[in-house]
Amino acid sequence: MTDALWYFGRGSGLVALVLFTIVVALGIGARSGRPIPGAGSGTLLPRFAVNLLHRNAALLAAVFLGGHVVSLYFDPYAQLRFVDLVLPFAGQHRPFWLGLGTLALDMALAIVVTSLLRRRIGARAWRVVHWLAYLCWPIALLHGLQTGTDGGTWWLRAIACLCAAVVLAAVAWRLSPSFTRFPQRAKRRVPDHRAAVDGDRGSGTGRPRHGLAEVR
Amino acid sequence: MSESRLHIDWTACDGRGLCAELLPELLAEDDWGYPLVRDGATEPAVPRALEGAARRAVDRCPVMALRLTLSSTSTS
Amino acid sequence: MTNGLATMRGVQHRLLAEPAGAPLPELDRTQLIGLLREAGLTGRGGAGFPTWRKLEAVTVAPGGPVVVANGAEGEPASGKDGLLLAYHPDLVLDGLQLVARALGARSTHLYLPAAAAGPIRAVLDARRRAGRDPIAAVNPTIAPDAFIAGEESAVVAALSGRPAVPADKRVRVTRAGLGGAPTLVQNVETLAQIALIGRRGPGWFRSAGTAEEPGTFLATVSGAVAQPGVVEAGYGVPLGELIDAAGGATAPLQAVLIGGFHGGWVPARPDLPVSRAALAHYGTSPGAGIVIALPQGACGLIESARIASYLAGQVSGQCGPCINGLPRLADTLTDLAYRRAKPGLPAEVKRLTALVTGRGACRHPDGTARMIRSSLMTFDADVVAHLHGHCTQEAVRR
Repeated sequence: MTDALWYFGRGSGLVALVLFTIVVALGIGARSGRPIPGAGSGTLLPRFAVNLLHRNAALLAAVFLGGHVVSLYFDPYAQLRFVDLVLPFAGQHRPFWLGLGTLALDMALAIVVTSLLRRRIGARAWRVVHWLAYLCWPIALLHGLQTGTDGGTWWLRAIACLCAAVVLAAVAWRLSPSFTRFPQRAKRRVPDHRAAVDGDRGSGTGRPRHGLAEVR
Repeated sequence: MSESRLHIDWTACDGRGLCAELLPELLAEDDWGYPLVRDGATEPAVPRALEGAARRAVDRCPVMALRLTLSSTSTS
Repeated sequence: MTNGLATMRGVQHRLLAEPAGAPLPELDRTQLIGLLREAGLTGRGGAGFPTWRKLEAVTVAPGGPVVVANGAEGEPASGKDGLLLAYHPDLVLDGLQLVARALGARSTHLYLPAAAAGPIRAVLDARRRAGRDPIAAVNPTIAPDAFIAGEESAVVAALSGRPAVPADKRVRVTRAGLGGAPTLVQNVETLAQIALIGRRGPGWFRSAGTAEEPGTFLATVSGAVAQPGVVEAGYGVPLGELIDAAGGATAPLQAVLIGGFHGGWVPARPDLPVSRAALAHYGTSPGAGIVIALPQGACGLIESARIASYLAGQVSGQCGPCINGLPRLADTLTDLAYRRAKPGLPAEVKRLTALVTGRGACRHPDGTARMIRSSLMTFDADVVAHLHGHCTQEAVRR
């Protein structure tokens, strides 16, 4: 029984990593606003479908992540206490690498919960938490490579390399100038809700001082 | 008579284009990817048949710029 | 002064001649709204909304509203609000007190440019010492020097300590504005008119202007006139009288921009009544009373392109169609103005004006589009000439 838990724990962790890799790639794809082209001049997946697929893959990945955490919690070999599920770096076996897993779990939880509740918390709070994904994924990858007993195997390394290549390519695309569908579009300004605009001396025909800080 | 209207929060809209895909009968895209109401209205009326699609558009908008408001037909 | 049907439509002095310090009646909500409804006062800040309706709107919810005197005057060609605040501040503040008292306001604010703040603070202190602001202390807030800083929701944002940019209109400020309370934002001239109506009654107010557009308004006349400045007149005043009151035209006039940068160009007909009814024919309205006289020899398209470029630079930048559309519109109009003929230029301008109208959080793109459309109409001869590399004003300049 405990063997089964151990195998399931490792397996589900790997599946979660692969799924989250797909989630990150789909998330970046969704952000690009581009549909996935199909055969000929058709569309395989329209924008809203990419968006939905990203969301559904994330929920599926979360399920496997949950399975990974729960099975290892009940596996005596893993020696996990409840505190290790929420507090990073407090574990008994390989505390640092395990702690990375806890950290990634905490972040993933925050991302999923804020996404489910985004109408309540508003666009800005949602976006700030969602950006944690870029931190969460590499931490999860490192955790996966070093925590379990499979770290040295060729197949784990191969899968990890493939996942890393996918994420790196997606991030590189995200940062490239051709990422946006409308490169000539002007950047909208989002009001900085912190500071008030102090009384201005007349700026004449210069740029108006609205007090808009961020440029998106 | 009650009908739904689609309200676009232009301070939030980032022209991601999902709404134009989900509600092509009501929305097209302009030169810069922002939703363009086909009949030129500021807040287009959503016919009963399109209400489901409109709700999906509201739900899927990545920046939550859309809202379906139930209002009685008025001159506003 | 009321003489049956005849009303005073010409240049006159009412607001500008009102003595300071006259007593203010104490009116309750129903009385004030009734008076204003009878008087037919409309907002003097540009939109021309019936004032009594606005007051009524903020009294629907329980709890006193917030009342704001808006003296921001972001429009460069307007000077009437500055004039009122500098030379008739008591009239404005009396109006503010009258409204605040009648509506049971929870707070009163004065939103004004930095330059006017110092003198106003002195006036407020003097009034406080004299006991003229018994109900509500007036909180002055500095308005940034930007075109849209005076927009209603931008005013509320500024008062809340946020940047003075317009907000989404799903919930109007009259329903929930400053701190979530119903907020009444009134132009300072409107408040001054309210004080006058409170003192002298709606009948007196209606003895100026037209039956449909009663009362006087303050016009800021500039451009090719000898003495640019603020002129008071009843609605329906002939355009020529306004020009004459500003010292007369310094050159034969070609056209006049009425309603400011968001208004429209009209032919320089001296008999043209400055009223909503008469100007609707040209797709414009008196707005906040801004009148800019364009002389013969100046190119109307170039002036319009200049204004369009200014307006494009004054966007708050929050809304995609506006921050993208207005600069493109200005560039296209500038091409036409400087005779850089391209196929389909006027059609492209028209297409862009339709593209930006009604697609933003405020009326900045709409107003800009309106001014540009009117320029294509009024200067249609120039449009044709420019496409052929000429200008109708070439002969005049030579």
